[in-house]
Amino acid sequence: MKPKVAFFDFTCCEGCQLDTLNIEGQDLVDLVSAVDIVEFREVLTGRADRYDIAFVEGSISRESEIPRLKEIRERADIVIELGACAHIGGVNCLKNHLAMDEALEIVYGDDAGDYDTIPARPIHAVIPVDYCVPGCPINTAELLRIVKELLLGKTPELPNYPVCVECKMAGNVCVFELGRSCLGPVTRAGCNAICVTAGRHCWGCRGLVDDPNIDSQKDVLEKYGLTVDQVVEKFKIYNTYTEVAR
Amino acid sequence: MSSFDIHVHHVTRVEGHGNVLVNATDGRLEEVRWEVVESPRLFEAMLRGRHYSDVQHIASRICGICSIAHSTASLHASEAALGVSVSEQTRLLRRLLFNAEILESHVLHAYCLAAPDFFGVGSVIPLIDTHKEVVVRAMTLKRLAYRIAELLAGRKTHPISCIVGGFAKLPDLEKLAEVGDALVDALDDFDATVELFKTIAVPDFERETEYVALKDPDGYAFTSGDIASSDAGIVPIDEYRSVANEFCVPHSTAKYTRNKREAYQVGALARFNLNHEQLLPRAQEAAVELGLKAPCHNPFKITVAQVVEAVHAAEDSIRLIDRLLETGVQEEPEVTEIRPGRGVGAVEAPRGTLFHEYSYDEDGILTDANCVIPTNQNHNNIQHDMEALVPAILGRPQDEIRRTLEMLVRAYDPCISCSTHLLQVRFIK
Repeated sequence: MKPKVAFFDFTCCEGCQLDTLNIEGQDLVDLVSAVDIVEFREVLTGRADRYDIAFVEGSISRESEIPRLKEIRERADIVIELGACAHIGGVNCLKNHLAMDEALEIVYGDDAGDYDTIPARPIHAVIPVDYCVPGCPINTAELLRIVKELLLGKTPELPNYPVCVECKMAGNVCVFELGRSCLGPVTRAGCNAICVTAGRHCWGCRGLVDDPNIDSQKDVLEKYGLTVDQVVEKFKIYNTYTEVAR
Repeated sequence: MSSFDIHVHHVTRVEGHGNVLVNATDGRLEEVRWEVVESPRLFEAMLRGRHYSDVQHIASRICGICSIAHSTASLHASEAALGVSVSEQTRLLRRLLFNAEILESHVLHAYCLAAPDFFGVGSVIPLIDTHKEVVVRAMTLKRLAYRIAELLAGRKTHPISCIVGGFAKLPDLEKLAEVGDALVDALDDFDATVELFKTIAVPDFERETEYVALKDPDGYAFTSGDIASSDAGIVPIDEYRSVANEFCVPHSTAKYTRNKREAYQVGALARFNLNHEQLLPRAQEAAVELGLKAPCHNPFKITVAQVVEAVHAAEDSIRLIDRLLETGVQEEPEVTEIRPGRGVGAVEAPRGTLFHEYSYDEDGILTDANCVIPTNQNHNNIQHDMEALVPAILGRPQDEIRRTLEMLVRAYDPCISCSTHLLQVRFIK
């Protein structure tokens, strides 16, 4: 029996699911032949009762999503958070800085009373989860590695060193040297520092490494004449939930 | 006569969540309703208080499938508000990046989301065994679009390098030439795509509506132009609110819109109806081959118009790359001077006209945002199509009614996650 794999989405942009369709040609064919994709609303019509692996994309941001998520947990052997919204709350949690009625009023005006919305949370804040695929969006090579390891009965591990390590290997000039702030020193690697390579800075979308060296980050900021506030504003974009939890 | 209720909860093979509800008593239609049930995302509230250098990054996350469209509309709105002008080089690079998304999104929709209905299967996956060459072609074309975006912006989903004022990193010209060659090689695949969609029959249904799209005298508009309407003529993008007229409806987290009549349509067919004369030669030929003639009032043919536009996007990309290779690309200075103000950005996202409007203070901090999303502008039109379509097919088996309504919704290629601020068919018993 091929393992049954399902994809589910909650509050998100669905970009991580779409990127799974961009796994390159033969790898995608191999993946589809190694597993039985039983639910993937965005690409297929079909439903199943049990899943060996359930990927969950998105944050939980309304009451009605909670029972649906709990049912997925009951039906699945392994639950994997897919992408930053599921893993760390991601950009959805930016609304948590506002009172919910205030946020609704900004968007829906006088009709705001009709909508169900609660502060956004990552998936593990509602149900126990087994693994995660970080990033906004995910790195599909990492997703493929994690699925392969699970199929081989291994325990998938994520890199536990900061993005700076990969950024140096990519041969980038340090963003701080360019006079801008960057979250690379505290953010979990695994993205090959793609944002710095593309001319920007690290936004922290993969979440913090296990023991972020905050003191060292402060030293770096001091050295380059930047303030903690400047970095916190950047940090909030993906890590509001983590920040509040700490 | 039969009485039945049909309820499709969370229509599949669309992006985001929507329901269709049909309630019939004694062969008489009581109610048909299109419900948008996607979670409210509240982006307009989330953008407040952010610095302009972070706004594209966050606005891109409104939608994973059309993140380049949201990024481009966002940059245009920020630049209009902040008084930043961009170079011809930036405009060309942005148009090339945009073409990559039009290509990828239309190929994904036509092959992976809509085509399974025509092959009578639930998804693209069984087609790997039965029609491998079709799936491989779709994946090849999608991959090519990703390559263009990766070269210009670091990646396709949530582009990185595009910033207020231009690009944080310029493409390597050698790689640009390689992508140009790959596009020329792929022209056969586009011909084969046209051949495939020629063989596909769509339901025979027509309902004339108002068609809205950007229009630019300089060419088939995706990233420039004013708002054109088949009913009302041309309106400048700054006056988009007078066209969109957003309103809230109780069964939907997405806002609805109307302009000159009860509803209007945006997207590939609206663009084709308004701007078909500006399509490039290969796309013109493709339209003739596919039997698509303007004005076309059959919403099921949106998919056909997408195929024509994919050909156009490939052709335009080849021309743009040739031009960029001829002129070369130059590093440009970063934006240093900004002013406070309000600005509107408009683009033709794969699914239709997209507006972002921002206000900034003197420090470049966003104080107000409004986004009007293509799918939102289509929700009301989908509802009116259903009201016209269902009475005509009410005597058919329930499964067929359900399938036809799902196909109708899918034809619009709704992108519901970004429209909330979409799809279940509930047949009520």
